[in-house]
Amino acid sequence: MRIKLKVWRQAGPDQPGRLETHEVEDVNPDMSFLEMLDVLNEKLMLEGKEPIAFDHDCREGICGTCGVMIDGQAHGPNRNSPTCQLRMRSYKDGDTILAEPFRAKAFPVLKDLVVDRSSFDRLQQSGGYVSVNTGNAPDANAIPVPQKIAEHAMSNAACIGCGACVAACKNASAALFVGAKVSHLSFLPQGKGERHERVLNMVAKMDEEGFGACTNTSECQAACPAGISVQAIAKMNREYMAASLLAEE
Amino acid sequence: MATVNENIATGSSIDARVPEGAMHEKWETRIKQMKLVNPANKRKFEIIVVGTGLAGASASAALGELGYHVKTFCINDSPRRAHSIAAQGGINAAKNYPNDGDSVWRLFYDTVKGGDYRSRESNVYRLAQVSNKIIDHCVALGVPFAREYGGTLTNRSFGGAQVSRTFYARGQTGQQLLLGAYAAMNRQIQTGKVETFPKREMMDLIVVDGVARGVIMRNLVTGEFETHLGDAVCLCTGGYGNVYYLSTNAKNCNVTAAWRCHKRGAYFANPCYTQIHPTCIPASGSYQSKLTLMSESLRNDGRIWVPKAKGDKRPANQIPEDERDYYLEERYPSFGNLVPRDVASRAAKERCDAGYGVGATGQAVYLDFRDAIERDGKQTVAAKYGNLFQMYEEITAEDPYQVPMRIYPAVHYTMGGLWVDYDLQSTVPGLFVLGEANFSDHGANRLGASALMQGLSDGYFVIPYTIGNHLASSKLEKVTEDHPACKEAMVEARNKIESLINVNGSKTVDSFHRRLGAIMWDYCGMARTAEGLQTASERIRELREEFWNDVKVLGSGADFNQNLEHAGRVADFLEFAELFAHDALHREESCGGHFREEHQTPEGEAKRDDENFKYVAAWEFKGVGEQETLHKEELDFVECKPSTRSYK
Repeated sequence: MRIKLKVWRQAGPDQPGRLETHEVEDVNPDMSFLEMLDVLNEKLMLEGKEPIAFDHDCREGICGTCGVMIDGQAHGPNRNSPTCQLRMRSYKDGDTILAEPFRAKAFPVLKDLVVDRSSFDRLQQSGGYVSVNTGNAPDANAIPVPQKIAEHAMSNAACIGCGACVAACKNASAALFVGAKVSHLSFLPQGKGERHERVLNMVAKMDEEGFGACTNTSECQAACPAGISVQAIAKMNREYMAASLLAEE
Repeated sequence: MATVNENIATGSSIDARVPEGAMHEKWETRIKQMKLVNPANKRKFEIIVVGTGLAGASASAALGELGYHVKTFCINDSPRRAHSIAAQGGINAAKNYPNDGDSVWRLFYDTVKGGDYRSRESNVYRLAQVSNKIIDHCVALGVPFAREYGGTLTNRSFGGAQVSRTFYARGQTGQQLLLGAYAAMNRQIQTGKVETFPKREMMDLIVVDGVARGVIMRNLVTGEFETHLGDAVCLCTGGYGNVYYLSTNAKNCNVTAAWRCHKRGAYFANPCYTQIHPTCIPASGSYQSKLTLMSESLRNDGRIWVPKAKGDKRPANQIPEDERDYYLEERYPSFGNLVPRDVASRAAKERCDAGYGVGATGQAVYLDFRDAIERDGKQTVAAKYGNLFQMYEEITAEDPYQVPMRIYPAVHYTMGGLWVDYDLQSTVPGLFVLGEANFSDHGANRLGASALMQGLSDGYFVIPYTIGNHLASSKLEKVTEDHPACKEAMVEARNKIESLINVNGSKTVDSFHRRLGAIMWDYCGMARTAEGLQTASERIRELREEFWNDVKVLGSGADFNQNLEHAGRVADFLEFAELFAHDALHREESCGGHFREEHQTPEGEAKRDDENFKYVAAWEFKGVGEQETLHKEELDFVECKPSTRSYK
């Protein structure tokens, strides 16, 4: 099939950007969206034009590297699926697709469709861990974790850190991302010791990095490729409330 | 065929510096022998860690905790995106929680046997010994492993083992273990002990007076070159499976850092040992950019079969039970669908080559959950494999609850890598190599759930000891950026980038990579012959020349340029591929992932030659396109006497 692609081109962080239109022929329905970009890039290069820069790595939906706004939706039209898993069979012959980078103050554009998400790393560094040194842990079965609790922790730990939640949010809030991390660790006995500090530090860091506030519209949940529930945000808010009250005492 | 090996320049044999004593005491003995670094002095040492997968992230965290100053580099935008994140199935440990007869010795034995007696016993034994600590530590870090109702950890079984020793976190074990190590590293970043440098590619190793003292990095966002100096370098850069173009590796996985270290004196060991994983989603078209693996854990409940009749094109569900050939269960009654990866892969290829393959291309076999769903119910199956089923459906548009999955083998993990001694030190002192980037633990085949174990064992539990010994026992003079060795490495790195841009030819980088991949798959893939490997060597050489005459790299080296990154990696793959083919040609036997058609039993099974090839082939670089010198490390099997590997 034939697809018309309108794609954001921006040479560098301080350069102006613009939309460019390309026709891609012979698009196979089994191709992924990224493979369609590969095909287009091959064509551009043979014409002596610079290929479109886009982020990708594992192409298996787990590394969280890829991520584009497709027709205004983070990772495109399919729910709970990253860009690399979007197949061209979701489109039909003659469709026009608009591809833009994730937009958020905390995610500056580096080039074309590539954004800088290092703010996510800094959020994690501000408290998303359990302070334990290597080599001294007790036997893994010494502290039982009920299956249900372990499953809840896992559901939140499944976050791939792609940033779609931020891109989908009108306020560019990182609440779902931080909520997932806070929930994961506060469910587990291992993470309980530092739970108050963790949530206070991570929430403060969100503001510092320029993420907006959460207004509970749940767009983040709809866009999340890992299917993280907005309950994570509620959990974060509860943890934050408890921690703030205790901090005042 | 002796002529091949007669023509090889053979250097001195190499000593792995394995401690004396009984197998179970070696690691303890080594720890006792090691010199320690005074805690107050640790902060004066700078350690460079390249790569942030399981090995790199765990090493960075553990070394930071000890008080060293660590500089950590990765090619991705975040350390969390290293390809370890894609591992699905699990991690082994000898906990024997299920009480089914497991022990450190049995995990060790299974791993050595699974590796077809081509790994180093002492390293594997240590791996089995520390495996239990890995689980303890990961749980303490908050890794949400699967649990029983009572709250204890649960296990499943994997290929090559008859006990349940694999710990897992749904189908995302690699992700959870990596995020655990990344979190541990983040804690050290917060304290200032670890400094991170994402979006950096290692261009060269700086060797001063024969000792590794630093690296040249290229900032992939700005294009700038940087010199980073330190007292030791840990290379944790993963495997080279992408030399095949199509593989299950992430697109950015490459051999560049390891290859550049090789060119600076680090021997490359057993490059021809490549694991072809049996449970991959088959390729569907020529645009295909990579292959997707389905976790091997699926073989616990999925039954593998093809139609008994050649060319039977009926839909799977219309083929009656007695017309199905469950060939693994037939051929290997005691291991059945859980035979090791090399055995399962070859059997699938054999059936497809014989005309029994299924699907549009005929290059696939069925992995069927019908019986498991009937036996345990859809919900139970979904709880175990739900995300994998969903992923399969997204890619193929087929529902595996209704119709069997189609699978075919694909290049997955590379068991070869830079040669290291027992301390994980390469032939360049001060250069340590961890995880998939080294060669030591998996022999000619890797059993399931052992890669995650090795990455974390090396990073959390081996390198913190052995690097201390190196630092405490070496006299390391201060080196500055104006040292001639630094300048030379910098000039070479810059020249390489410029020369790529200056070719200004007519063919894209990707087209060269695809052509290289096709040569590798056709001649150095699941089955190899002397003739094919010679052809491969010639074609790789021609392709390399063509690349340097006709590749087209757009843009400049002075900014963010993904095409240029790819070009540099393909240039190195082209040099490396020739060594790969050569290693495969010289190894006149079949073992693990290396199957030479000339060396098979009448039943078509791999036939090892322990008399002539019971060694590690460690190659010394002699110049691009020049024949490398072969150094042998003889392998002693004291505990596990080599026997014919049988899974019948």
